[in-house]
Amino acid sequence: MKDVFILSEVREGKIHPVTYELLAWGRFLTDKLKGTLSALVLGDNLEDQLEELIFYGADKVEFFKNSELEIFNVENYSKVLIPFIKEKNPEIILASATTRGRTIMPYLAGKLKTGLTADCTHLDIEEDTGLLLQTRPAIGGNVLATIKTPEHKPQMATVRPKGKKPLLKDKNRKGEVIIHNINENFSSRTKRLDLKRREEEISLSDAEIIISGGKGLKNPQNFYLLFDIAHLLGGAVGASRSVVDMGWIEYSHQVGLSGKTVNPKVYIAVGISGAVQHLAGMINSENIIAINKDPDAPIFQVSDLGIVGDAIEILSLLKRKLEERKKRNV
Amino acid sequence: MRIIILIKQVPATDKVKMDEETGTMKREEVESVINPLDLYAIEAGLQVRERIKEDIEIVVISMGPPKAKEAIKEAISMGCDKGYLLSDKTFAGADTWATSFTLSTFIKKLGEFSIIFTGERATDGETGQVGPSLSAQLDLPILTYVSKIKEIGKDYIIVEREIEEGTEVVFSSLPCVISVIKAISEPRLPTLAGKLRAREREIPIITLKDLGVSERDVGLLGSPTRVVKIFYPKLSREGIKIKEKNPERAVDIIIKFLEERGIL
Ligand SMILES: Cc1cc2nc3c(=O)[nH]c(=O)nc-3n(C[C@H](O)[C@H](O)[C@H](O)COP(=O)(O)OP(=O)(O)OC[C@H]3O[C@@H](n4cnc5c(N)ncnc54)[C@H](O)[C@@H]3O)c2cc1C
Ligand SMILES: Nc1ncnc2c1ncn2[C@@H]1O[C@H](COP(=O)(O)O)[C@@H](O)[C@H]1O
Repeated sequence: MKDVFILSEVREGKIHPVTYELLAWGRFLTDKLKGTLSALVLGDNLEDQLEELIFYGADKVEFFKNSELEIFNVENYSKVLIPFIKEKNPEIILASATTRGRTIMPYLAGKLKTGLTADCTHLDIEEDTGLLLQTRPAIGGNVLATIKTPEHKPQMATVRPKGKKPLLKDKNRKGEVIIHNINENFSSRTKRLDLKRREEEISLSDAEIIISGGKGLKNPQNFYLLFDIAHLLGGAVGASRSVVDMGWIEYSHQVGLSGKTVNPKVYIAVGISGAVQHLAGMINSENIIAINKDPDAPIFQVSDLGIVGDAIEILSLLKRKLEERKKRNV
Repeated sequence: MRIIILIKQVPATDKVKMDEETGTMKREEVESVINPLDLYAIEAGLQVRERIKEDIEIVVISMGPPKAKEAIKEAISMGCDKGYLLSDKTFAGADTWATSFTLSTFIKKLGEFSIIFTGERATDGETGQVGPSLSAQLDLPILTYVSKIKEIGKDYIIVEREIEEGTEVVFSSLPCVISVIKAISEPRLPTLAGKLRAREREIPIITLKDLGVSERDVGLLGSPTRVVKIFYPKLSREGIKIKEKNPERAVDIIIKFLEERGIL
């Protein structure tokens, strides 16, 4: 039997929606392999969320329950996962390319001596061999590589969030939920002492819409405009490297080769020239809007909608119009 | 106390040429630099030493072709004490598993240490997998995405990590592996004294024979992954560019675009 596993992403006691994207990939691959798709979940009181995973495409949910698994911990998680993976010998394991997935997956692959492909944007099954074909960008987005793990099992990949739409939720789908009560004496050498939540702000990697600013914003105060607009649109604020280096905005907002990689539904680049290092972080956005006063800025070559004009003037007006809209709607 | 810093030499530009037959990079043809994100790992190591004021030896390790020695020398000129270059024809073509295996085999031989610092990821392969994989192979705790060292003692460390929900404060026993992000601190520049020191410092070359492992466990042969195809994505899009004198109309076009995509 060809098993495909996905590692569910649990954040603060909730199954995070990136998990449904993994299930969509998992379903696509599992159907080609004619196998079984299992969603692995680690945590504590998650029972009432498990059926969702079946509605979104899983054949089986394997829930590993223990209060010590409530908070992501590499050592505790791998203590549970490694024996299970060794016993079931799945063909493929997928996780999201989030801070959790990008930490636990290479750790597991290191222990299991198998291949792991990072940050995949496309997955497929090779027809004659049944092997997983993993496609990913690298070298600042200048190259796409397709990678295989020909002789080791499981074949492992982290998958870039927002790369695939979840399947439609189907409440009639049937599947099996298996609860493993874990009676392990965890003795991890690391422990979370505290979590300082970033309130309200939507993280760049989760946002449907991102509005980013560069030097064309002229001064740091103008970033308030971006924050206001992001708030009105329900999105997040990004920045180019130069403004982060000048201290206009914190590093956590930096998009690009040495910052975050994002792929929202819409990316609005304001006053950003579009150096290849910045493009590397946002080129996979579904739609790109560029606002720049220089008609020859490289950013226009990658934008779906380019507006040549003054950033501040356009932003101020955009903010006002969005506010008016909001008032009308409430 | 000893601190280990792992650095990789990477092509200075991202216009790397690829060998389409083997899926490897043509590293010889381009100028190389220390992976820019590894400078932050070096800085983190140097700052720990300044903070503890103890006798701490800072050792830089890199795996790469002979010219990766330059990267190690640069790290020494920034203040690191010494370096080793793991270099052997058989190491070439290593994926993240084989790289971590080779590095961890050498680290085990090196003896005791408190922390291994790595960069968040290398700007060529861009996987960020070597740190966590190495920690698994050394059976050590791993702390990724570390933005700050809050406290450090003889046998423990408390750091801040940036995760999707916010900033996590995490305790770990030492020794451990830490991958740092840029927020950790701006890297310092090499000093003149450092450059002189680096010029004189011998960089031992470690080969397959020194590691005492099989050729089949390192480099391309030891790599579970294979690049089967390389292609160049088209960067440009067939977008529309509007030169709109009237900002009012420009904003209406943006709003309509957002409506059509279901954002509004
Ligand atoms: C676009 C792309 C994406 C990739 N994605 C992944 C991935 O997701 N997961 C993964 O595990 N692997 C990945 N790899 C690695 C891949 O599987 C191969 O192992 C890789 O192609 C080897 O490529 P390279 O060009 O870096 O090889 P090389 O240039 O040979 O370099 C590989 C490593 O060996 C070192 N090296 C080279 N020559 C020597 C020498 N004489 N002595 C000592 N060391 C030496 C290099 O410095 C480098 O650290 C990726 C590679 C590419 C090109
Ligand atoms: N060949 C190498 N030699 C030494 N350190 C490396 C090597 N490859 C990767 N690293 C370290 O691992 C980190 C992550 O690299 P990567 O997983 O290749 O993105 C880098 O920032 C380095 O600190």
